[in-house]
Amino acid sequence: MNERIKKLRKQSVEMKPYISSERAELVTDFYQSGIASQVSVPVARAMLLKHIMENKTICVNDGELIVGERGPAPKATPTYPELCCHGLEDLEIMSRRDRTTFNVSEEVKKVYAEKIIPFWKGKTIRESVFDAMTDPWHLAFEAGVFTEFMEQRAPGHAILDDKIYKRGLLDFQDDIRESLRKLENANDPEADAKQEELEAMRIAIDAVLVLAKRYADTCAEMAAGEKDPSRKQELEHMAAICRHVPAYAPRTFHEALQAYWLVHLGVITELNVWDSYNPGRLDQHLRPFYQQEIADGTLTEKDAKELLECFWIKFNNQPAPPKVGITEEQSGTYTDFALINVGGVKPEDGEDAVNDVSYLILDVVEEMQLVQPSACIQLSIKNPQAFVKRACEVIRTGLGQPSVFNTEVILKEMLHDGKTIEDGRAGGPSGCVTISAFGKESCTLTGYCNWPKILELALNNGIDPNSGKQIGPQTGAPETFTDFQHLIVAYKEQLRYFLDLKVEGNSTIERIYAEQMPAPFMSVLVDDCIRKGKDYHDGGPRYNPTYIQGVGIGTLTDALAATKFHVFDKQTLTMRDLAAALRSNFENDESLRLRLEHQSPRYGRDDDYADAIAVEAFNIYYDLLNGRPNTKGGKYRVNLLPTTVHIYFGQVTGALPHGRKAGMPLSDGISPTQGTKSDGPTTIAKSASKIDHARTGGTLLNMKFNPQVLEGEGLDKLTYLIRGYFKLQGHHVQFNVVSKETMLAAQKNPTAYKDLIVRVAGYSDYFIDLGVDLQNEIIARTEMADI
Amino acid sequence: MRCVWCHNPESWSRRPEPMFRVNRCLQCGQCVQLCPQHAVQFAGSLPQTNGDKCTRCGTCIPTCPGQAREIAGRTVTVEEVITEIAKDRVFYEESGGGVTFSGGEPLMQPDFLLDLLTHCRQQGIHTAIDTCCFAPSAVLEKVIPAADLFLCDVKHINADKHKQYTGVENRLILENLRLLTDADCPVIVRIPVVPGFNDTPEEITEIISYLKSLNNIHQIDLLPYNSGGVSKAQRLGKPGMIIKEQRPSETVMRTLAGCVRECGFKTTTGG
Repeated sequence: MNERIKKLRKQSVEMKPYISSERAELVTDFYQSGIASQVSVPVARAMLLKHIMENKTICVNDGELIVGERGPAPKATPTYPELCCHGLEDLEIMSRRDRTTFNVSEEVKKVYAEKIIPFWKGKTIRESVFDAMTDPWHLAFEAGVFTEFMEQRAPGHAILDDKIYKRGLLDFQDDIRESLRKLENANDPEADAKQEELEAMRIAIDAVLVLAKRYADTCAEMAAGEKDPSRKQELEHMAAICRHVPAYAPRTFHEALQAYWLVHLGVITELNVWDSYNPGRLDQHLRPFYQQEIADGTLTEKDAKELLECFWIKFNNQPAPPKVGITEEQSGTYTDFALINVGGVKPEDGEDAVNDVSYLILDVVEEMQLVQPSACIQLSIKNPQAFVKRACEVIRTGLGQPSVFNTEVILKEMLHDGKTIEDGRAGGPSGCVTISAFGKESCTLTGYCNWPKILELALNNGIDPNSGKQIGPQTGAPETFTDFQHLIVAYKEQLRYFLDLKVEGNSTIERIYAEQMPAPFMSVLVDDCIRKGKDYHDGGPRYNPTYIQGVGIGTLTDALAATKFHVFDKQTLTMRDLAAALRSNFENDESLRLRLEHQSPRYGRDDDYADAIAVEAFNIYYDLLNGRPNTKGGKYRVNLLPTTVHIYFGQVTGALPHGRKAGMPLSDGISPTQGTKSDGPTTIAKSASKIDHARTGGTLLNMKFNPQVLEGEGLDKLTYLIRGYFKLQGHHVQFNVVSKETMLAAQKNPTAYKDLIVRVAGYSDYFIDLGVDLQNEIIARTEMADI
Repeated sequence: MRCVWCHNPESWSRRPEPMFRVNRCLQCGQCVQLCPQHAVQFAGSLPQTNGDKCTRCGTCIPTCPGQAREIAGRTVTVEEVITEIAKDRVFYEESGGGVTFSGGEPLMQPDFLLDLLTHCRQQGIHTAIDTCCFAPSAVLEKVIPAADLFLCDVKHINADKHKQYTGVENRLILENLRLLTDADCPVIVRIPVVPGFNDTPEEITEIISYLKSLNNIHQIDLLPYNSGGVSKAQRLGKPGMIIKEQRPSETVMRTLAGCVRECGFKTTTGG
């Protein structure tokens, strides 16, 4: 890392995130002006973006080579009151709590109190969403049966393909004109709506071009006043770059990175989309520029690395905006889930895609040690051993990055979702683990589904023991279950009921976004929105799957396996006694609890007794959800990942039959229950591979290693473990390589461990920023003493 | 063999052995109450198991709230072991690895071992035998053709010292080693480096000089003593059976590894 990067990195890491009210004020001004009511909704949204881009603060940081901040300065975090508006209490809590703090100045609080809150009260999407939901939906939501993504952020999870590296935004305006020309008003009842949408896209491109021009002008002005001749030259060069991209296709490595970044800012300024935005397969996009310039002698490896490192810092400068309705304890994250893909296969012919830039990116990840952007490798059987070994070296540094994905299984998943093989090969995972066809898909994650809570309801005839309310259907008192299948049927009926509720809610919410909150700029970037004249939120993309993420397969399996084993197979326990013990949270029966905990079959030990139940649990979910239609011409798919929700879901879920006490975290992703005594990582991999990953859109497996295990030959063994799991058709695996002792020490003395980064779930985060429950959960994850 | 530093004292007896971790015991008395044989009684504040009365039924294990109890060893069939081994087949294929029969001493159960080796070969799984080589030569001769690799302990060349620390002379061990290498069987020799026993360059060089006279020694690994056996002996309720030593220093290990390399052998330290 050179001096420039050291300085920029230090600034980025040390700067405390704070709330900027600039965007909120510009949005409020725009809607107060009344313009919005004179034009169509999409055009209003595009005009708003232009208004923001024309008026926002332009920020060029000392020494940087890639320009553009979302807020007025690094770590200045804008808000999106039109989606959900922070209350004064939110602002108070976020500035006061000790984790994922955002400073909020008195000035910002005043603006919120006097201008933002009064204007947006009753007008936000969050309020529309909650108002539109039925009472049964609210009961389930409040009980923690499922969560709702769209009350906080807009559908996103979008990833860019290679289109902006081959063509400029002006070329896309040509495409828009072509689509407008082809509209047949007489034969297409939607022609008017399409015209408005296309017009909005055109304006949205202008908005981003305004931003680029303002950066070019600022760089030129700064160059004129710059005394240091080398910086002056740099600024002049940067000004020239911003005059060229993203209006025109980039010609150099530097232009390619700058083009992406300005486009990125366009997307994340337009709306607060889930998982930020993401360049996707960066090593593939950059390879032509890199190879050409290295051959021409206009770029060195050192230059390229410096530019990539400048690019990395831009991501780290943009913390994820804080949620609305937060609490003191809730764990948040600054990470915004951009996941850069490295490796895999080439879209056109499926051959090994690893190249020099792939290795360069791994070097950058290792050197930068930043929580964002996150990076992953796609590992194909065609990729060389040297590549996976290099990735494992980076993993060993303890950063939890890169995570590792199985290209061959991803392709099967793409085909299962009806994608072409070429679109599938050009795609990959993003966010945590979910796959999509980059640049061609709206893959919408709508909320997590709490499987163990649903079992708890099946064991309580649909009554939530926490509230005493009947929130699910009456599927029978547990004493009436005469065999295991009886319990499964009850669970299935509960699950069907809650999935129905969630899907019905989703259909309403999809329309709210399609009609009230289109995203014309993001639509420009996703095929085939321009061709169809349809918005990203309204079925414009080529592929439009919807997900409800299943959580707690390990916990659910263990609970069902313990019940089957003790109550129905061995008959050493009655359903009545079990239900009573669960109701009392095992208060007077510690020896029963211990027996259930230690003498029951468990998921994660390659034991078919338990694993067959995991497979059944997966199949039940799949059969009930997969293939249902959404309102955008797409279908529902399933994926299994928790991010951090397994902590919250655990808190709302009572005692369970495998001796788990009320409130404890659920298992994360498809990992076994925390602390399960296993016979090593291969048994976990075996258990996890028994569900059919090819029928999902992604699964998340966590493993934890003590750093010593990966010394010497241990590194090779890690590669064999990964390759073995992938041969068994596993989708993804990620590693925490931090010792338990280190984490315990960090809990005691946080200030001494400010830099400690751990893997959470599909992303890495600073350990001391995590909530205590989540910290404890990561410490409790099964640690492997050996491979 | 009864090495004074033994890492696996639980395998000295052919019977499963109850083990008990004193530091985890909550002194709740569950085990005393529940034992069907009344083999567990309080001796002072701590429960003590009468090994003769205990039938290894395992009743006391899952109910122990401190998880202080376990039973080392169980009876398994060839089929059960093969099923367990085959579970990891995909990982052997990726790593080029396989299964190592270790212990204790695998040659203590030669027929069982031979059966397992034959099954593994049928399934194409690579096999290694980790042995102290103190077994009748006839037993070894039977096993040799069925195994792919031998990991053989050599502890000392001096017969008296060997006897003093391990309870047996080394003549049979060295003969068996020759038998193995003459049979063209790939061998990795492992030397446990135990302070006060064999941790000088002279003693290690002496071993290596002997090994140089054999064929087919692929590698000589140095395994620094660790005190794992001591805590196991405590758990077995026989704290006196294993000596406690300091782990050899990095410097000593480096020097000794130098001795091995000087003689032209590949080596690793650690194990």
